[in-house]
Formats: sequence, structure tokens, C-alpha cells
Amino acid sequence: MSILKTPVPGASTLSGTSTLSGARLRRGTLALVAVGAIAVTGLLETFTPVSGWAGSVLMAAAVYLVGQTVISFLVEGRRHALDRLVTTAVYAAFALAMLPLGAVLFKVVQRGGGLINGTFLTHSLRNIGPTDTGGGVYHGIVGTLEQAALASLISIPLAMLTAIYLVEYGRGWFARLVTFFVDVMTGVPSIVAGLFIFTVWVLMLGLNRSGFAATLALTILMIPIVVRSTEEMLKLVPDSLREASYALGVPKWRTILKVVVPTAVPGIVTGIMLGVARVMGETAPLLLLNGFTSSINFDPFSGPQAALPLIVWDQAGRPNPQSITRAWGSALVLIVMVLLLNLGARALARLSRTR
Amino acid sequence: MAKSIDVSDLSIYYGKFCAVQGVSLTIEPRSVTAFIGPSGCGKSSVLRTLNRMHEVVPGAWSSGKVLLDGEDIYSPSVDPVNVRRAIGMVFQKPNPFPTMSIYDNVAAGLKLQGRRPRRELDEIVERSLRAANLWEEVKDRLERPGAGLSGGQQQRLCIARAIAVEPEVLLMDEPCSALDPISTLAIEDLIEQLKEHYTIVIVTHNMQQAARVSDRTGFFNLAGVGQPGRLIEIDNTQRIFSNPAEKATEDYISGRFG
Repeated sequence: MSILKTPVPGASTLSGTSTLSGARLRRGTLALVAVGAIAVTGLLETFTPVSGWAGSVLMAAAVYLVGQTVISFLVEGRRHALDRLVTTAVYAAFALAMLPLGAVLFKVVQRGGGLINGTFLTHSLRNIGPTDTGGGVYHGIVGTLEQAALASLISIPLAMLTAIYLVEYGRGWFARLVTFFVDVMTGVPSIVAGLFIFTVWVLMLGLNRSGFAATLALTILMIPIVVRSTEEMLKLVPDSLREASYALGVPKWRTILKVVVPTAVPGIVTGIMLGVARVMGETAPLLLLNGFTSSINFDPFSGPQAALPLIVWDQAGRPNPQSITRAWGSALVLIVMVLLLNLGARALARLSRTR
Repeated sequence: MAKSIDVSDLSIYYGKFCAVQGVSLTIEPRSVTAFIGPSGCGKSSVLRTLNRMHEVVPGAWSSGKVLLDGEDIYSPSVDPVNVRRAIGMVFQKPNPFPTMSIYDNVAAGLKLQGRRPRRELDEIVERSLRAANLWEEVKDRLERPGAGLSGGQQQRLCIARAIAVEPEVLLMDEPCSALDPISTLAIEDLIEQLKEHYTIVIVTHNMQQAARVSDRTGFFNLAGVGQPGRLIEIDNTQRIFSNPAEKATEDYISGRFG
């Protein structure tokens, strides 16, 4: 046991009688426990039906958790053992949560990465047969960007005004009603939003499917997200800032415009980007409302317009490997676009800040 | 500049709860009036009713009269925004606008009230910062954020911001309670200087401070928890601290309270 018990460096020479210093695990001990856990796992696997690398990793992790806690309990006592147990469990939970994200990114880059080149980003799929290679998703990039931009143009002002009303002005039953309906809207499935716009736009008004029809459905999905996040951010602005502004003789509307909203801008931008990302990846309403085309259409108000999620859906459903690869490539383009928009918005929010 | 305030039979309510009852007092122009009293006695509430900041709190209302040079600031035709332009306020905790630079913080009141030419703004910002004894410390970093200053500097920045709009009266709600003794001294000196141009009302828990800076002192007290606070007496500071008329005042000042 001599490797386990070691005085804390710098502890008093009277450590035998000191009540302040206690035995701690040596740094190398945990590595030993890890090695032991792997060995035990190897041993256990010869007796049990556990196999495959996922099973082994899980089992080794569990053995390590138990071993570390028991040794820590014996050497350091209950409090340290519990601390190590919970710390390790939190890290494990984090790793587990990151796993799907990493796996999705890895798979998309692995399957679609090879396809990304100048041609793929600047050409459409017009006249590209199912088994042809070549072609690209330019028509989808144009459509997705235009639809997301239009949806943002409509929803951001509406949502921000709603949030400002709820936080700064809303009192009583009407504000509660608005909050309730925003909550209900948050829960509306995207296909229902799509069906609603389809009923109004195509069936009732008799208009044609277009990028703009899809934009309207996306707006329904985006508004509640932005309202909710903006509302939370505005609530975080301390009342002392509002009072400071009122005390200078600044009217309420100017206080909101020049003090409250600028203070909350970083959070509001994050909320808006969440909304944009959600809307850019939305597929269900587009199936009903975009119409289908493999050509470039710059005009969202007339004629069918493509979108990246639609291309992914369409290409992934085909049996030939060329199409399936194109689906992965389009998915990668979509992910990178959302990422770039996110970074861009953050940079903008950072630039506008006083340093 | 510098106007007098006449308060008569002012009562302050939060919803149904009566926080302060029956306050009447007169504040002379170009004087410093201190409000002292135990926590919860309503001195801050009275201060906030003087520039209609009180009604910003949901459910808060008041009755009685507050006259600014004879004009009732609670008359229905009066716009609270105009009242606050005439009666500025400095708060307990320094609250510079975090998104604005030092310059913009001082200019905030003017800018947010309406457009002014840049040269005029420059002049006012410098004059206000000089008046707040902060100019020498920040003149080389006016474009840096106001939130980066120390606590005492931030509070002087807030005072500069308040006097930049040239109010008639300046209300200070425990302006030194979050500051160290040196910053406190700087602000007390400042109050002494500002007295020449402004009417100042200050709420403080520090009785030495009240004795040092004020010409007149009002003592507030409350009979018990859930009871409304009252103005026990208001008189010349000298008299309040040496020979007060009320026994409660003497007990509070000499530390025999509660």
C-alpha cells in the first residue's frame, strides 16, 4: 500500500498529527487504476458474451469508475471518493453527449467531403442523370440562403417586437395570452406549419408553390424561437440600467432602443442564429411548398425553388451510389453554411461592442 | 438652475401596502439635505418620489403633493420624462451603461434626449467629467468602456452623467455605500462643490457622512415591521446631531436604537 499513501507535498513535518493534511492518491495511481480496468475488462470478456469495441469501452469505463472510487475511499475517505466519482461521471456524461455530434460530423465529412469542389458549389443538377457524377448543389445553396434570409427578414422584427412587448410593456391577461400562444407555436410540428401554409397559399389563394411559400412556413417556425430567446435575454438586463436611463430624462422607448436592447444583443444574436439554423435545416414544409426543380431559380416569388435539405432528401432516396454521395455532400454544405453564418453573426456582435 | 422642493402630506404605497405616510418637508435651493434612518423606513422611497422614479416599480403609487418651485410634478398634465430631466438621480450601485464608452456614458442623457452637435457634446462631456473630478483620470481613455473603471470612478462617472443634462436638483441614493473611504471622500468633496449650483438630496446610512456634507437632515423611522415609515423630524444638521427635538432621533444618532 506504500504507493497509495503519500503525504501532500509541502505538508508540515508533523503530518502524522496534523488534522489539516490527509492522505491523497498519487498522480500515478489513477493511471494504474486505468490500466487495471482495461486488464480486468479483457479478463471479463473471456467469460462473458460482451464483445465489440463499444461494449469494451463501456465496460472498462465502468470498472475504472468502481475501482477509482473504492481505492479513493480506502485511501482518502468518503468525501474525496464521492468527489472523484461525481467528477468522473460528469466527464463521462459530457463525452457521451459529444459522441453523436462527433460521429455525425465525422460521417458527413467522410462520405461527402470528397465531393466538395468548385464545380459542386457553382453548378446545379440540371441535366445530370441519376448515375452521372458531376453536377452540384448551387441551386440548393441559392434557395436555402434566399429562403432563410426572407424568413429572417420577416420573423426577426416581428419576434423582437413581440419580445420587447412582453418584457417591457406586457401586463395582465393579454401578455399572458401572447406568452401562451408563443409556447403553443414552439410546439407546432414543422409539417403542420407546412400544411397550414399549403392550405392558405395553394388551396385557398390558388397561388403556385414557390420559395416564398416555404419561407412563410419557416417564418411560423422561426418566430417563437426568436421570441423566447430574446425575451429571456431582455429579462437578464438589470433594472438598474433602465432606471439609470429614466433618471436622465430619457423616454421609455429610447431607453429600450439605446440601452436595453444593445445590452442584450450578444444573447439575442445567439437566439436568432439558433432560429436561422433550425429553419435552414427544415425539410418537411419544403416538401409541400417548394415544388421540385434541379435548376437554378433566383426568384423565390415565382416557380419552384430548390433547397439543400430537399436535395439531401431527394438524392438520399435514390438507389444509385452517385446520388447518395451527392446527398452526403449537400448535407456537408448545409452544415458548413450554418456554421459560417453562426461565426459571422458572432463576429458582428463582437465588432459592435465597445472595447 | 437649482430649484426648491416642497413636499406636503406625501404617502407612498406598494400595491395596498403603505410604505411611507404623511411626509411634509421643504428643500431649499443650493443646499444639501440628508435623509437618515433605519433600513425599510422609506427614505429611499421618498427620494424616488421626488423625480417620479417611484412609479417605475409595478404596483407603486403615491398620494400628496410634490412641488418643484411651486409646480406640482404629479399633476396629470406633467410628463414624468420632463420631471426627470429637471431632477437627476445617482444610485446606490454604480450603473454605467455597459455597452457604452466613458464618453458615451456621460453624453448618454443628451444623446438619448435628442441630437446635439459633436463639438457641443465634447464641451459638455469635459465640463461634466471635470465637475465630477474624473477628467484627469479618464481624459486619455474616453473611448474605453465605462464598466472598466474602478467602483469609485464608476460612481463619479454616474454623477458626471447625471449632471451632464444640467438638472435643477440632484438626488443621491446612498451614493457611497459601495465605495471605499477614499472614493467616499472624493464624492463628499464633490457634493460640497456641486452644492454651489445644484439642490442636492442624499440618502445615507452613514451618519458621519450626513453630518459632514449636509445643511439639513431629516430623520425617518418606522414604528414596527409592516408599519408605514414616517418623517420624525427635519432640521438644521447641526441641531439634529447636537440637540434634536425628538427622543427617537437622539436614540438613533447615539446608537441606542432598537
